[in-house]
Amino acid sequence: MPGAPSTSVFARRFAGWRLPRTLHPVAWWLWAICLVVAVTQTTNPLLLALVFVVLGFVVSSRRTEAPWARAFKYYLYVALTVVAIRVVFRSVFGGDVGGPGSHVIFTLPRIPLPAWAAGVQIGGPVTLEGTLSALYSGLKLGCLLCCLGAANALANPKRALRSLPGALYELGVAAVVTFNVGPQLVEGVQRVRRARKLRGGSSQKFHVLRSIAIPVLEDAFDRSLRLAAAMDSRGFGRTDNASRALRRTTGALMIIGLLLMCRRLRADRSVRILAHGTPPSGRRRAGLYRGARRRESTRRSNELPARSVESSGVIGRRNRSGSGGCPPRIFGRESIPDEPPLQPDHVAVAPIGAGDRNCRGRACGNRHSTAAETITNADGGTRR
Amino acid sequence: MIELRDVWVSYKDAKHPTLAGVDLHIGEGELALVVGPTGVGKSTLLGAMNGLVPHFTGGSLRGCVSVDGLDTRTHRPRDLADVVGFVGQDPQSGFVTDTVEEELAYSMEQLAVAPDVMRKRVEETMDLLGIAELHDRPLFELSGGQQQRVAIGAALTAHPRILVLDEPTSALDPVAAEDVLATVLRLVHDLSVTVVLAEHRLERVVQYADRIVEVLPGGSVKHGPPARMLSFTNVAPPVVELGRFAGWEPLPLSVRDARRHASPLRTRLDDLVMPLTARKPAKGPLLLRSCKVIVRYNSTVAVREVSLDLYAGEVVVLMGRNGSGKSSLLWALQGTGTRQGGSVLVGTSDPGSLSAERARALVGLVPQTSTDLLYLDTVAEECTQADKDAGLESGTTTRKLLDSLVPEIDDASHPRDLSEGQRLALVLAIQLAAAPKVILLDEPTRGLDYAAKRLLIDTIDRLAAEGRAVVISTHDVEFAAMTADRVVVMASGEIVADGPATDILVASPAFAPQVSKVLAPLPYLTVEQVKAALDGGR
Repeated sequence: MPGAPSTSVFARRFAGWRLPRTLHPVAWWLWAICLVVAVTQTTNPLLLALVFVVLGFVVSSRRTEAPWARAFKYYLYVALTVVAIRVVFRSVFGGDVGGPGSHVIFTLPRIPLPAWAAGVQIGGPVTLEGTLSALYSGLKLGCLLCCLGAANALANPKRALRSLPGALYELGVAAVVTFNVGPQLVEGVQRVRRARKLRGGSSQKFHVLRSIAIPVLEDAFDRSLRLAAAMDSRGFGRTDNASRALRRTTGALMIIGLLLMCRRLRADRSVRILAHGTPPSGRRRAGLYRGARRRESTRRSNELPARSVESSGVIGRRNRSGSGGCPPRIFGRESIPDEPPLQPDHVAVAPIGAGDRNCRGRACGNRHSTAAETITNADGGTRR
Repeated sequence: MIELRDVWVSYKDAKHPTLAGVDLHIGEGELALVVGPTGVGKSTLLGAMNGLVPHFTGGSLRGCVSVDGLDTRTHRPRDLADVVGFVGQDPQSGFVTDTVEEELAYSMEQLAVAPDVMRKRVEETMDLLGIAELHDRPLFELSGGQQQRVAIGAALTAHPRILVLDEPTSALDPVAAEDVLATVLRLVHDLSVTVVLAEHRLERVVQYADRIVEVLPGGSVKHGPPARMLSFTNVAPPVVELGRFAGWEPLPLSVRDARRHASPLRTRLDDLVMPLTARKPAKGPLLLRSCKVIVRYNSTVAVREVSLDLYAGEVVVLMGRNGSGKSSLLWALQGTGTRQGGSVLVGTSDPGSLSAERARALVGLVPQTSTDLLYLDTVAEECTQADKDAGLESGTTTRKLLDSLVPEIDDASHPRDLSEGQRLALVLAIQLAAAPKVILLDEPTRGLDYAAKRLLIDTIDRLAAEGRAVVISTHDVEFAAMTADRVVVMASGEIVADGPATDILVASPAFAPQVSKVLAPLPYLTVEQVKAALDGGR
């Protein structure tokens, strides 16, 4: 058509990447973990504030209406509480000595303690430096929590569990069912508490507990039985050619493999594993492989991991480790970093980290293959 | 297609076998309706067709059950997943995933079907069941009828030849129930799926059934074509009862068949004096006055400025779609539920501002899940505790009330082992121990068979005769026809109709009982009224 904008070969080739689609939950978790790694390596308050803004923006623009998505604000509350607790504790129990070079804001009365509590000091001068360092470390911890909260709010936990290797499938299913039970129990408790008032609400403690716990638990049992019957009727657990001995060896190898991996994770710090990407050793690999073969089920996955989203997290981490790393420590307490708060390469993280602008909504890409072809180009205009 | 040969099923610790010597044959493409009183073994019979009995539920099964040539003794339920689709009683507790699409695909994933085949079948099933516009909605947001259809679809995607449904329409309002049944019929007629269906409210289904299987107390089973079975069984829909009374041959099963026979009866009734309502319209003193009640949950308004007055001796039936605000209104009237606006006065006091003990002495409520109130181990303990809660001497009032409602409940039985009707009676007795003048029942008829419903109707009549005001919220039109003096219809939180039962029920197409549809335009609601009119005219 004359006058219509034409797309270049390049844009057409990668048009599929820019269709609206849902992201794989593992992609969200990887993004969050990379942000966590980056945050642990700095206490620069402006950077932390930037991360908060990024998290808020991404969550508010990409979350769905599902129940788990509404939990993010509770993580924010928890983060604020953490910061407040840190500052208060530092002020009261900090034990700062108002030496030269430090600015004293106000002085709390010092409460003398008996000799056996000699290591603890209550009261004393509250310095600006001390308060600020408590604020920054609290911010860091709060930021970590919010990263995990964002991953929780954006990634459907059940979808994430479906991405487990085949050997851990049954564990994943058990975890998925557990996820369902939580909100059901909460709803059950609310319903039963309301119904208790119809009986007059006996005030004896034993009866209060019992009159709430028993109906809720019995309901939970009934529901779980019905769920199990439904899953059984629909073919869950239909493994065709496994003999008993094979199942036992597979299970044993899987458990051994998991235990070894847990030990390895505890031995090194988990951050390093993620950074260096150590592959599992031979024994563990054998267990997982054996387990995967036994499981014959297909997966109906139609989401692609968003490469741009994960790479944003990685870029952020690289940038920070490149420029200054951990601030200098004095006797385990952080002081205010000397470097300038904001550097140009840090700013670049923000727009990339906000996620691909064209990935929006819940629609999956290949659902619309039969619908009218509408391609959105980078300017937001449409072309048929 | 489905063959049961001399099947005996007994559970451990049970005194009698649940199924005794069942011989049944259901051919391909048949719609078989399983009927019988509650607790008699219908669910066991349905479970035996799937292999859930005995592989999942335990117990012992003797005899042979074969579905499509496969023996359930050697095939577990998961092996029969692509032969028999099973939809249990509560579809919501059978959902494994979060969204409609995933739920439909779950069965195929377990059966290791190829991904492109899966996608095609999901689309086809959604079109067949009319849920295509719901494809990415989360399951908890759906209405009852939609959830039921998704549950049926989830069982259908494995392309089974047999579909087993346990009480699919019990929780649905009449319109949603018609939708689900129409879907099931489409499966039978278009796809030749063999459907086995257990239902209490026969009036909706019996005209479509090819075979009726009646499970008798004791565990034996009688089966045959509907016209033959219904001529002597005692669980029969009103149309059949009217046909039996009027002696119509062949016995009509649907309103359409009955109307063809009904013109002589109509002319006879037309000549008579207009029927007196079964209960005299005793409007005693005003017991509860509510004015512009508002109930909202965050942004949804459940009850929008509703004013309702209740008089002594009057039975009011509250009807309306699921989600129209009936439950919220009842809870607000009792005082325990939240109320954001308006006033409720019983005498001079507002139950919402009183303590729980004093509110329940003014207005008693039997909630939808009556088991929420039961937490002790035996019926005797519950009765004693109820007496204590009401401030009475232990062991006196509640047990006597319970005996007057339902006879012969063993003192030592666990409340959860009782049948639906018995549990309802227990909770009603507990609430009546506080002697409230106004009693509210939220959907008491769910899961009740005809006999239990009759007991409930007698109870309600007695309570009204004692001078109490009774409000029942229900979907069951036949039940409303038999017990209501006044009918209030709610929609979207507002009252859209409020008047004598005869006027409201006869006028509305969705809420008209079968007898009034047959005898329209004459204002008869039940077979009893017809009998009384003819006897009176004689």
